[in-house]
Amino acid sequence: MSRTTTAAGDTPEDRKPGGSTSAGVLNEDDVLLDRAQSKSVRSRSFRLLGSLIRPNRRQFAWTVLLVVVSQAARVAGPAIIAFGIDRALPALIAGNPLLLWVAGGTYLLAAVLASVLTAGYLRATAQLSQAMLLDLRVRVFRHTQRLSLEFHEKYTSGRIISRQTSDLEALRELLDSGVSSLASGAVFMLFTAATIFALDWRTGFLILAAAVPMFLLARWYQKHSQIAYRESRVVSAKLIVHFIETMTGIRAVKAFRRETVNARRYDELAEDYRTVTVRSINLNGVFQPGLVLIGNVTVAVVLVFGGFRVLGGTLEVGALLALLLYSKRFFQPVDQMAMFYNSFQSASAALEKVSGLLEEVPTVRPPKNPVPLPHPRGAIAFHDVQFRYGTGPVVLPTLDLSIQAGQTIALVGQTGAGKSTLAKLIARFYDVSEGRLTLDGVDLRELAPTDLRRAVVMVTQEAFLFSGSVADNIALGKPDAGRDEIMAAARAVGAEQFILELPEGFDTDVNKRGGRVSAGQRQLISFARAFLADPAVLILDEATSSLDIPSERLVQEGLQKLLGNRTALIIAHRLSTVAIADRVLVVHDGRVVEDGTPAQLIGGTGRFATLHAAWKDSLV
Amino acid sequence: MTNQNTLWQSLGRLYPHVRPIIPRLVLGLLCALGASVMALAIPQVLRVLINDALAEGGSARTVWVASGVVLLLGVLEATFVALRRQFVITPATTVETKMRTSFYRHLQNLTVEFHDRWGSGQLLSRAMSDLNLMRRWMAFGLIMLVVTSLTVVMGVTIMFFTSWALALIFVAAAVPLIIYGYRFRTSYSRVSRKSQDQAGDLATTVEESVHGIRVLKAFGRSREALEDFEEQAEELRRTEIHKARSLANFSMIVTLLPELALGASLVVGVTLAASGDVSIGALVAFFATAAAVAGPVEFIGPLLAMTFTAKTAIDRHYEVMEAENTITDAAAPVHLDAPRGDVVFGDVHFRYPDAQADADDVLDGIDLRLRAGETMALVGVTGCGKSTLLQLVPRLYDVTGGAITIDGVDLRSFSLEDLRSLVAVAFEDTTLFSTSVRDNVLMGSDATGAEADRLLEEALDVAQAHFAFELPEGLDTLIGEEGLSLSGGQRQRIALARAIAAQPTVLVLDDPLSALDVATEERVEVGLRSMLTSTTTLIVAHRPSTVALADCVALMQDGRIADVGTHSELLARNDHYRYVIASLDDEEIAQLGRAVQPALDDEGALA
Repeated sequence: MSRTTTAAGDTPEDRKPGGSTSAGVLNEDDVLLDRAQSKSVRSRSFRLLGSLIRPNRRQFAWTVLLVVVSQAARVAGPAIIAFGIDRALPALIAGNPLLLWVAGGTYLLAAVLASVLTAGYLRATAQLSQAMLLDLRVRVFRHTQRLSLEFHEKYTSGRIISRQTSDLEALRELLDSGVSSLASGAVFMLFTAATIFALDWRTGFLILAAAVPMFLLARWYQKHSQIAYRESRVVSAKLIVHFIETMTGIRAVKAFRRETVNARRYDELAEDYRTVTVRSINLNGVFQPGLVLIGNVTVAVVLVFGGFRVLGGTLEVGALLALLLYSKRFFQPVDQMAMFYNSFQSASAALEKVSGLLEEVPTVRPPKNPVPLPHPRGAIAFHDVQFRYGTGPVVLPTLDLSIQAGQTIALVGQTGAGKSTLAKLIARFYDVSEGRLTLDGVDLRELAPTDLRRAVVMVTQEAFLFSGSVADNIALGKPDAGRDEIMAAARAVGAEQFILELPEGFDTDVNKRGGRVSAGQRQLISFARAFLADPAVLILDEATSSLDIPSERLVQEGLQKLLGNRTALIIAHRLSTVAIADRVLVVHDGRVVEDGTPAQLIGGTGRFATLHAAWKDSLV
Repeated sequence: MTNQNTLWQSLGRLYPHVRPIIPRLVLGLLCALGASVMALAIPQVLRVLINDALAEGGSARTVWVASGVVLLLGVLEATFVALRRQFVITPATTVETKMRTSFYRHLQNLTVEFHDRWGSGQLLSRAMSDLNLMRRWMAFGLIMLVVTSLTVVMGVTIMFFTSWALALIFVAAAVPLIIYGYRFRTSYSRVSRKSQDQAGDLATTVEESVHGIRVLKAFGRSREALEDFEEQAEELRRTEIHKARSLANFSMIVTLLPELALGASLVVGVTLAASGDVSIGALVAFFATAAAVAGPVEFIGPLLAMTFTAKTAIDRHYEVMEAENTITDAAAPVHLDAPRGDVVFGDVHFRYPDAQADADDVLDGIDLRLRAGETMALVGVTGCGKSTLLQLVPRLYDVTGGAITIDGVDLRSFSLEDLRSLVAVAFEDTTLFSTSVRDNVLMGSDATGAEADRLLEEALDVAQAHFAFELPEGLDTLIGEEGLSLSGGQRQRIALARAIAAQPTVLVLDDPLSALDVATEERVEVGLRSMLTSTTTLIVAHRPSTVALADCVALMQDGRIADVGTHSELLARNDHYRYVIASLDDEEIAQLGRAVQPALDDEGALA
C-alpha cells in the first residue's frame, strides 16, 4: 500500500481563494506528513472537537461533576467500614449500638448515592456523546450537500460514507468511555497524590518524578500512534470505497466475472487494514504495559528509599506501608488513562479527515447578499461567457447568447460538443470562468439558492431514484405537494398508466437504485418530478433518451402543455423534440454555429440540415 | 428469524472461526489471570514484607531483597499485560479479516435480487463495524468476562472461608441480580439490534444522498434531504440514549445490590464480632476481600453489555452469510468446446420473489428462438419486461418457469463462469469501474499482450470511443467513480466497447446507443453490423435506427412475444408494432405499409 499517494483534487489555490493555507481533503491519503502539515491537520482536528464540545459544555461539565461525585461516594465505602470496625465495634461491646447504626446507615446511603450517580453519569455521557455525534453527522451531511458537483465527481461516495461511518465511530468510542475514565482517573490520582504528599512529601516527589518517564513514553506513543491511526483511516476509507463500488455495481460485477479480481483486491485491502489495526493496537500494547511497569518500578523505588529511612529511624514502619500502598494505588487508573489516550489518538486521526472534508469550500457558493427573484420570468443571457473545468482547457470559448423568456430552445450538436456544459452552467452546477450568466438580468451568482432552484430545474439522463415510494420520488419536485398534484404530474407526462399498473400503484417501493423500474420508467418518473416542480426555466438534458416512442409521444404532448409560458432548453439526440422548439442552437466545439427556427435551419445547408436529414433517415 | 437465537447459539456460530486460535485465547486468558493475580498480590506481599521483615529490625540487605521482590512482581504484572495482548490480538484480527473477506465473497455471489433488497450502507455496517465489535469482544470482552467471573468466584470462596454467614448475605444479593440480568439481556439486545440496524440505514441514506447528488442539486432539495437525514440521525440518537439508559439502570443495580449486601454485612458482622462469634481479624479480612471483589462485580455490567452487542453483531453477520445463493453453478457443469450461439427461450416465466400473489408473471411464457449469429431486436413499450428478459440470459436472475438454452444446453447447466464468458452485456445503466480505460474495456476478455491491444483498439473503434485516446493519460486514464468522470454518451460507448471486447458468443444489449447522437449512432452501427455477423445478439431497441441493426424483430407485449418478423413485415402487419416503433405520422406509416404490402403480394404471386 502506498503511503504517499496523491489525493484526488485540485490544487488548494483553486478552491481557496484568498491565500488560505488549508488543504481540505487534498492530502487525505498521505500518512507521513511533514511537521507543518501534521501540525495544521492536528490543530484543525482539535478545533473541530472543540467546536463540538462548546455548545455542550454544560452537559460536559455536568458529566464530569457526576463522575467526580460518584467516585467520592465510592471511595467513602471502605472508610465507613474502617470506622465501623474501629469505632462502632468497641462502642457496641461497650453497649452502645448507636454508632453501628450510624455506620450501617451511612454505608447504605453511600451505596445508594454511588449507584444512582453511576447510572446518572452513564446517561449523561451518552447524552453528551450522542449530541456531539448528531451535531457532527448533520454538519458533514449538510456540507457534502453544499459541496459542488466538481468536488463530488472526484471524491467518491465511498469516502463520504467512510467519513460518516467509521470515522464517526472512532469519535464515538472516545466520547463514550473517554470522558468518564479520564475524569475519574484524574480525580482518583489527584486525591491519592494529595494523601501521599500529606503523609510524606519526599515520597510525593518520588512519585512525581515518575511522571518524567511516563511523559516520554506518552510522547513516543503519540508520535507513532498518530501515524498508525492516520494510516488506519486512509486504509479503511479505501476498503469502504471498494466495498461500496462493488455493491452498487453488482450487476456489472457479475456480468463481467469481476468476482475473483474484486475478491483479491478486497483481500489485499482487508489485510492492509488488519496490518495497520494490529500496528496501532501493538503500539498501545507497548504503551499500556509500559505505564504499568513504570508505576511498579516507582513502588519499588519508594520501598528502597523508605526502607533505608526506616533503617535510619527517620520513618515509621506503618507510615512506609501506607505510603507504599498509596503509591501502588496511585498508578491504578493508569490503565484507564492509557485507554483514553489511545481512543483520543484514534479519534483525532478520524477528525483530521472529517475536518478536512468540512474545510472544503464549495466552488459554487451562495451569495452573501442575494438579489431576490420572487417571480422569475425565465430570460437567460450569456455575456462574454467563458468556461473551463478547474484549470483545464477552455471548454466554452467566449459565448454571447440571449434566450427570451418563454422560448423553447433545442440544443443540437454532436456528443461532446458542449451542450451539457451549457446546460450545467444555466443550472449553476458550475460557475462561469469568465463573463456573466444572467437570469432575468440578475447574475446567477447573486441569486439565493432557493430562488435559483425554484426558477431553474434540470432533468438529466441518469434518472436517480431514491429508496421510497414512486410518489415520494415524484414529490421531490415539490415536497409539499398533495397526492392529487403528484398524480396530475404523472398523468401530464404520461407516466400515470404504468405507475398504476405497479403492484401498489403510487405507493410502490422503487427499491434500491430503482431495480424494478426500467430505465425508461425512471425517466418518466423524473420527468413527472420536473413537471411538479413547475420551474420558469426547464432544462432537459437527454431526459427522454431511454423512452420508447409511445412514451416520448406522450411526454411531448405533456411538454407542449408544460412549455407554454416557460423557457425550455432541450438537449436531445432524437430530433423529434426539435419540432416543438421555437429556436434551434447548433453547438460545435463549444460555439454556437447555427441559430434559427427549425424551419429556417432545415431549409438551409448547414449542419442542422444534414443532421436532420440523417435523423429522418434513421426513423424508417 | 435469527433474532430468536439464544446468546449461546449466536456465539456458538463463531466456534468454527475461533477454533484454530483457541490455544492462543487460552494463553491470553491465563496471562490476564496472571496479571490480575499479580495486581492483587502486590499489596499483600508489601504488607508481609514490611510488617514482618523490615519491622523485625532488618538490614540494608533486607531492604534490597524486599525491593527486588516487589520489582520482580511489578515486572511480571507488566509482562502479563503485554503478553495477553501479544497472544490474542493478532489471531483475533486474523479471524476478523477472514470473516470480513468471506462476507465480501459471499455478497458478491449472492443474487442481484438480494442486492435489490439490501442497501449497500446496511451491508457496509455489517462488514465494518459489526465485525469490529465482534473482534473486540473476542480479544477483550470474552477474556475479561472469564477473568472477572473467576475473580468474583475466587473472592466469594475466600469470603465463605472467612465467614460463611457474611458471605451468604453477599451471595443472597446475587439472586435478584441474576433475575434482573436476564431481563436486561432481553431489553438490551433488542435495543442494541435496533441501533445497529438504524446505523446501517443511516449509512444507506448517506450513500443515496451522494449518488443522487445531481438530482438533489437540480431540484434544490438538499434541505429536504438534510431534514430526512437529520430525522433519521435523531432517531438513532434516541435509540442510543435508550440503550445507554438500559445499561445505566443495570449498572445501577449491579453497583447497588452488592453494596447493600456489604452494608448489611457490616451491621451483622460487627454485631457478630461484638458477641465473639467472628474474630475481628476475620472481619477485616472479609471486607478487604469484598473490596477487591467489588471492582470486578461492577465491571460485569459493561462486559455483559459488550457481549450482547457482540451477539447482535454476529446475528447480523450471519443473517447475510446464511442468505441462500439461489443462482449457483451446476453440480456437473456442461462445457461447450465450440459454442455456436443458438439461443432458445422456451416458455420462459419470471416473477420477482416479492411479487404479490395475484399479480401476473412479468414474463408470462416467452417463446423465442435466435439462430447462431442472428441479430434480434427486442421491441416493446416501456416496462413490458424487455430488460428483465435480458437479465435472465447472463443469469442475473433465474427463470421461474420454462428454460433458456444455448446450443440446446440449459443455462443452469453451465458453470456461471462459463456462461458469463459466453454472454456479454451492455446495460443502459453503465457501471464503469475505478480502473483504467484499458482494464474497463478488457474486463470480460482473457486476451493478453498484442492480442489484447488489438482487441482493445478494435472495440473502441467500433464503439466510436476514440475520445479515450485523447484522455489525459490515454487508455491508462483512471475512470469510474474514483477517476475522471465521463459524460453519459462516453460512458455508454466504453460499456459497449467492453461488451464487444469480451468476444462473446451471445451479446445482450439493452438500448446501448440511447445517449449517442444520430451521426455517432450511425457510425457505431456500421461497425457493429460487421462485428455481429458471427455473434448471436439480442438488442433492446426503442428506435427504428437501432432496429435497423437487426436481422429480425421480436415484439414483446404483456410478457409474451407477440410477433416475430423483419422490421418491414411487422410494420406492415402489426398495429401494436407500429404504435411502439413508428414516430412518423400515421399517414406516412400507412404509406409505408402500402409500399411493403405489394412487394409481399408479388412474392406470393411468384410462388
